[in-house]
Amino acid sequence: MSFISYLINGISLGSLYALIALGYTMVYGIAKMLNFAHGDIIMVGGFSIFIVSTTLGLPPLLGILTAVVICTALGMTIEKIAYKPLRKAASPLAVLITAIGVSYLLQNVALLIFGANTKLFTSVVKVPPVTMGEGQITISGETIATIVVSIIIMICLMLFIKKSKAGQAMLAVSEDKGAAELMGINVNATISLTFAIGSALAAIAGALLCSAYPTLTPYTGAMPGIKAFVAAVFGGIGSIPGAFIGGILLGVIENLSKAYISSQMADAIVFGVLILVLLVKPTGILGKKINEKV
Amino acid sequence: MKKAVSLALALSLTLMSLTACGNTASETTDAAATTETTDAAADSAEAATEATGATFKIGGIGPATGGAAVYGLAVKNGAQLAVDEINAAGGINGTQIEFNFQDDEHDAEKAVNAYNTLKDWNMQILMGTVTSTPCIAVAEETNKDQIFQLTPSGSAVPCVQYDNAFRVCFSDPNQGIASAQYVGENKIASKVAVIYDSSDVYSSGIYEKFAAEAANQGIEIVAAEAFTADSKTDFSVQLQKAKDAGAELVFLPIYYTEASLILSQANTMGFAPKFFGCDGLDGILSVENFDTKLAEGVMLLTPFAADAQDDLTKNFVAAFQEAYGEVPNQFAADAYDAIYIIKAAVESGKVTADMSAQDICAALKTAMTTISVDGLTGAGMTWTADGEVNKAPKAVKIENGAYVAMQ
Repeated sequence: MSFISYLINGISLGSLYALIALGYTMVYGIAKMLNFAHGDIIMVGGFSIFIVSTTLGLPPLLGILTAVVICTALGMTIEKIAYKPLRKAASPLAVLITAIGVSYLLQNVALLIFGANTKLFTSVVKVPPVTMGEGQITISGETIATIVVSIIIMICLMLFIKKSKAGQAMLAVSEDKGAAELMGINVNATISLTFAIGSALAAIAGALLCSAYPTLTPYTGAMPGIKAFVAAVFGGIGSIPGAFIGGILLGVIENLSKAYISSQMADAIVFGVLILVLLVKPTGILGKKINEKV
Repeated sequence: MKKAVSLALALSLTLMSLTACGNTASETTDAAATTETTDAAADSAEAATEATGATFKIGGIGPATGGAAVYGLAVKNGAQLAVDEINAAGGINGTQIEFNFQDDEHDAEKAVNAYNTLKDWNMQILMGTVTSTPCIAVAEETNKDQIFQLTPSGSAVPCVQYDNAFRVCFSDPNQGIASAQYVGENKIASKVAVIYDSSDVYSSGIYEKFAAEAANQGIEIVAAEAFTADSKTDFSVQLQKAKDAGAELVFLPIYYTEASLILSQANTMGFAPKFFGCDGLDGILSVENFDTKLAEGVMLLTPFAADAQDDLTKNFVAAFQEAYGEVPNQFAADAYDAIYIIKAAVESGKVTADMSAQDICAALKTAMTTISVDGLTGAGMTWTADGEVNKAPKAVKIENGAYVAMQ
């Protein structure tokens, strides 16, 4: 019985990683950069919801909408100010370091505004918990919502990229920026759109993350962000279903090793598995091997 | 492509180690504030040099800015309150006290800088530092210079490893032993689960001593589950294991942020054991927006409860609220006691303000082992030569959203 409960909790944690990883993987796949500030955009989303629905007492749905708008605007602004000027820089490291800088900037600005004291987040999920097996297993509403929302978002994203014109443009930019530009695709607008979608996803991830684990500090997004990045690499960075599978696997492995091996060793085991997978399959589980032509 | 991924991975690992110590990194933002205080201190040092001998110069060090500022400011305010009271009542044996508090941002290096600033100010006695890691670093210096040091809240063992250093609070191991004894002697539970932070000295230190003492108290530890600074949001597995093992009580030698998550997750999964914690849980009721119903019945071992009904506590809480507009926590009480302990030791050791810091230190070292102080954090506190305090642990229980003293 407890195995099922560990598994469900693992899937719930994993779908949070998956949701965050979707943002990482989209930006990486299209803009070919790692947006390390992604986790902190989640934190900004969390604080936006906290202010609207807890401090001001407005309905949670309005809070989520506000968070989506704020995060989208923030993501696009960061891209315009901090990343775009560096897109043509000689070393891809420059933009990576800038992303880390933006991450610390966001954390410290939040620390300045909201202070270091922990805030308790009121859940925005209004799904009733489900009890199974004569009360042995309780699945919280947040768990159900997280799993359902991440599956829906993954499917929507895949449809968007396959079917819509903007999605096709993204695909083209990710394959070859120069050629896409020659074909009349507005590369800058496409990358901007990618950041907008990625940041909107971060806002939703923020809502679910803070509902499931209801504390909010300026560092809330940092660790889940990094774990989700690992999930994205695990599943094959750049691949949307890969990010999803990577996230779920990471959560399940983490929880099961905590339960059956050692709660102290859980993180070591998770990263050990990651190293093994990358040794066997360097592009991750669903990653495609691309031969770069010179 | 492959290169980029491995590069990014390496970076993410570095970043992880950075986030782990994110607190310290972020605190540099407030560096400007420190410079200001240092300037102010330099000014007051100038003004004070002529007056040497006329006043006792007590220095204080602690985090007044940054992530641990809650603790440092409480100590600063609590100590200032005691100093003002003593001065208003005529000082120590007729000598007024000057108190100078320096910011260390919870950073060992900055604490040593603050200590040097205070030395330039001709500090005679040090009341500090507030947090353990800086305290260990400063203790090295005070021992070298032979300046008497009394830390209100540095609970790690090495904080008082030298004979010139004493503390007001319990040491980490003592909290573990006292918790096990309290649970055992009051027959609160016999099957206990522990959830602790294996990446934190405070938490793992208490856990180890608790586990050792539990055996003597007939307490069975049915589950000992750890978490680390990198995974401190999801406690469902640890709680499930505690539940499956049939724990009647969950011991939480951790800080209140994680504890508040544990309480809410236990509630979600329908697990309702008794919860017992140490002084790290103090503050759980002041977490913004926390549903205090979740903490109902939680017991914690803390030296100070703001709602205790004795006159000393009532007067202190009222004066503190009037001066600073908030209810004092145990750090403020520790600091308030620390100043009165210094007063008692100074009186007992017949120390006068014209003595050198080294002579004062020698006199106070002896005096500390002979005095007995009734304070906010304990009645009849006495000290051993190794710097540890003897006092009865007090436990409080959370009832109707407030701390209530337990018998």
